[in-house]
Amino acid sequence: MLGKTANGLFWMYRQLERAENIARLIETGQRIALTRLGSTEEEWKSVLQTSGSLAGYYEHLGDEITRDHAVDWLLRSKDNPGSVMSCIAQARHNARLVRTAITTEVWEATNTAYMTAKDQLARKVADRDLPGVLRMLRQRTGMVRGTTHGTMLRNEIYDFARIGTFLERADNTARIIDVKYYVLLPSVMSVGSSIDNVQWEILLRSVSGRGGFRMAYGAQTDPHDIAQFLILDRRMPRSLAFCIGKIIDNMAYLSADYGGQLPCCVMAEEVQQKYLRLSIDEVFEYGLHEYIQKMLGEMAALGRQIEIDYRFYE
Amino acid sequence: MRLKISHTTRYRFEVPVTFGLQQLRLRPRSRRDQQVIRWDMTLEGATHQLSYEDHHGNYVDLIGFDRDCTELSVRCEGEVEIGEAHGVIGRHVGLVPLWLYQRVTPRTKAGPAVKALLKSVEGGTVLGRCHALMPAIAEAVAYETGSSESHWTAEEALTEGRGVCQDHAHVLIACAREAGWPARYVSGYLMMDDRTAQDAMHAWAEVHVPDLGWVGFDPANAMSPDEHYVRVALGLDYGDAAPVNGRRVGGEGESLEVAIEIAQQ
Amino acid sequence: MADRPIFDEMTGLGDEVRQPYANFHGWFEGEDPRHLRAKQREAEELFRLTGITFNVYGRAEAEERLIPFDIIPRIIAGREWQRLSRGIEQRVRALNAFLYDIYHGQEIIKAGRIPQDMISRNDAFEPQMIGVTPPGRVYTHIVGIDLVRTGPDQFYVLEDNGRTPSGVSYMLENRETMLQMFPELFTRNRVQPVQTYPTDLLNSLSACAPDCAEGKPCVAVMTPGIYNSAYFEHAFLADQMGVELVEGNDMRVMDGRLCMRTTQGYKPIDVIYRRIDDAFLDPLNFNPESALGVPGIMDVYRAGRLTIANAPGTGICDDKAIYSYMPEIVEFYTGERPLLENVPTWRCAEPAALAYVLDNLKELVVKEVHGSGGYGMLIGPTSSKKELSDFRKKLMARPSNYIAQPTLALSTVPIFTKAGLSPRHVDLRPYVLVSPQGINITPGGLTRVALKKGSLVVNSSQGGGTKDTWVLED
Repeated sequence: MLGKTANGLFWMYRQLERAENIARLIETGQRIALTRLGSTEEEWKSVLQTSGSLAGYYEHLGDEITRDHAVDWLLRSKDNPGSVMSCIAQARHNARLVRTAITTEVWEATNTAYMTAKDQLARKVADRDLPGVLRMLRQRTGMVRGTTHGTMLRNEIYDFARIGTFLERADNTARIIDVKYYVLLPSVMSVGSSIDNVQWEILLRSVSGRGGFRMAYGAQTDPHDIAQFLILDRRMPRSLAFCIGKIIDNMAYLSADYGGQLPCCVMAEEVQQKYLRLSIDEVFEYGLHEYIQKMLGEMAALGRQIEIDYRFYE
Repeated sequence: MRLKISHTTRYRFEVPVTFGLQQLRLRPRSRRDQQVIRWDMTLEGATHQLSYEDHHGNYVDLIGFDRDCTELSVRCEGEVEIGEAHGVIGRHVGLVPLWLYQRVTPRTKAGPAVKALLKSVEGGTVLGRCHALMPAIAEAVAYETGSSESHWTAEEALTEGRGVCQDHAHVLIACAREAGWPARYVSGYLMMDDRTAQDAMHAWAEVHVPDLGWVGFDPANAMSPDEHYVRVALGLDYGDAAPVNGRRVGGEGESLEVAIEIAQQ
Repeated sequence: MADRPIFDEMTGLGDEVRQPYANFHGWFEGEDPRHLRAKQREAEELFRLTGITFNVYGRAEAEERLIPFDIIPRIIAGREWQRLSRGIEQRVRALNAFLYDIYHGQEIIKAGRIPQDMISRNDAFEPQMIGVTPPGRVYTHIVGIDLVRTGPDQFYVLEDNGRTPSGVSYMLENRETMLQMFPELFTRNRVQPVQTYPTDLLNSLSACAPDCAEGKPCVAVMTPGIYNSAYFEHAFLADQMGVELVEGNDMRVMDGRLCMRTTQGYKPIDVIYRRIDDAFLDPLNFNPESALGVPGIMDVYRAGRLTIANAPGTGICDDKAIYSYMPEIVEFYTGERPLLENVPTWRCAEPAALAYVLDNLKELVVKEVHGSGGYGMLIGPTSSKKELSDFRKKLMARPSNYIAQPTLALSTVPIFTKAGLSPRHVDLRPYVLVSPQGINITPGGLTRVALKKGSLVVNSSQGGGTKDTWVLED
């Protein structure tokens, strides 16, 4: 496979994953606004921060953060490369670039997702339409994942698609924790205050993890459990441990195909060894914030090493 | 006359070359009055990629820079036996149609200066006019080492009134094509009686003259090439026959050193 | 023009349905137009979904456009096709022989059959190709011959596309769409298949591999990139052949071969089907400004370690002045009379022809010698006084840049409109593959149709559409 194609696949799936994550963040933000349990402006600010587009927002829309502006910025702004629309458009661009590597079904699903997004996001989305639009976008990107599962050969093409997906997902989960890590810290306030409960719920909603969490840990919410769930729980498909595990698996398939282990594989395994085999108490001892910062750095480095090892550019 | 030639080109780069190619037209070929007895090319900092014969009949070697190369040297060494033919190469042979050598290239496009120069040698035979053109060119374009730019056209050299052998050849070619005579550019070596060490290759022109065929003219020395001249490459102009044509990524801060030695055996 | 009878391929010159259409017509009569209209919309939706688009030149992704598709097939009888394909094969053989000759001994000039100027003053003649003999002496591997029809047995060649004929993906997708929408039609009619084209193309290209190829030759399709107007087709062909789609920056010359950058390092390519113009192919040997090409690719080619399809310098076949000599060219190299007719052509470079053209401008079609895509041409009968006088000036300023032809009464094929069937003018581009193993012509080709009533311009860039083209088994 061409290095360029591997690059295109990696990014196509990263962007699809990102589009979905941003859509989920908007849903969460919207939820807060509706329940009016938190400070709306503060919450939209942290949503923007998590999405990595806060600086862009300030630059294009000024200092004031309003719900309307934030939703529009995250959903459809062309000036925001991380908006849902931009991500889907870039994913389709990459799909076109790697058209020969994906099946007709995957291409058509991607193209449909793009056409739906273009259609639905042509104008500002009205409040009452927002849930429907977000649901439809999530379904459309889900179709791409579904056709990928159902029609693509399990070969190097699939491996790069998966590596892109999981690196983006791990990055997203880490960012969510990074912005909200403080709500998981042992609090001076009494456990179970309504503020904390709201924040914990936001955290879980941002990773579509409320139901899963309840199933695995019971109805009683505990910050330790949440941290465990988001970082180390290998049952949770958006946890750091799960995502890094998948990346390692897919890299191992590549190594088996290509023969020989590349530096990026070693790197991913080291991350797993050093950071994901800890207990959650050890993570808190390390310092939750420092730990997440470290993970974000490691994942960025891993992304760069993948580019080099699989000759994405040169 | 048997000539022994050694020619070393050495490039140094401040920034390593990550990737690059050079197309070399540095290997002379044998013909009636020129026997190449032996010819060796040694590369340092690059690897030989392939060889072929181009449409003008030149031997072309493509070389590739070794990764992160900071110094490249191309060393040619050989012996060539030259016969005396008074500049006459003879009948046009090969697949290139003669009319191709009437094609005007950007470097050999005639402007007012070229036209005026051609006019100054009006009358007489083609051969006579070419002979008359040689001193006229030498006078109009003063020979000054390093004075011209390699992209100069014939017209520019005439307007500037200075240049090197490459410009002399271009002016002669421009005049010939303007008059409708097929003409071509020759790059090669010239043995000089007063020294062996030189710092550049030589260039001259050939014009297709009725009855004689191709005849060489060296305006820089106002004579037809004799047994001191080794033909290496031909072309419509410098671009076609250039000893080195390359492209590279990286390699900023280039310095170049050329050492040529030509001696009679 | 209006007073000449126009041959309709379904109804001939009268109201009788011609034999090849009999079966289809019977089916059509029994269909509810509302159902067909729904099918037409469905077809458009299908094309949009598959993303079969062409980019409008020089614009970004937002400007992808669909070429309109009409659901009424164009139907050609098997025996009509047989005659045509013999003529096409003869012409393509002659084109390759011509290319070999002009890059070697130029016997045709020496024999006085075409003037030297035709080559020596032609920008499409590529001196670097002199003496280059590709495997099997095949220069143009993929050819499109544009044909028009004026009567039951009367076909003319409108132009030859020996450089990079495009549109074959539409031929394939049009058939795919018809198969999906009207499967019953294909059980009622025995239509010769076109779907083998990608495999045929791969086999044909593989058969042209250079000697250095080891085992199964490595074939790749080279595209100028995602913003090229035909990018969809480049990706489509690479996908269908199961080969890599490469751009200039995916490749470099290494170890004396053209190599592509894969996830596991550089791998040599044996045959490159390039959809990029000569000038941009190699910044070392051609246009030094080109960022799309690969430095040294021509050196590898000339060293015989790569096959470039089509070969550089084949564009000379597309030249409309050369076209006017095709009858002589076919005779010279095949020793046979041409089976396919040329449209009579006046070369405006010749004073007598120019005088005639200027006197009869209103009746003629005038084209630029190197033009394509329907740009820069004059259609006399449908032009205004001002257009005629403007064009006259251009023509007089550079006569050698133009040729002129009579306006032909192009045949029509019905399209499906709101008011039912309505005839529209068409042309036909069959696709031809050439390899040392022989010449392969896909039965059918791309039918382009002028959607505007009475219009003779079928180019997609000028609002033309396409149809599925059927060749029936007799």
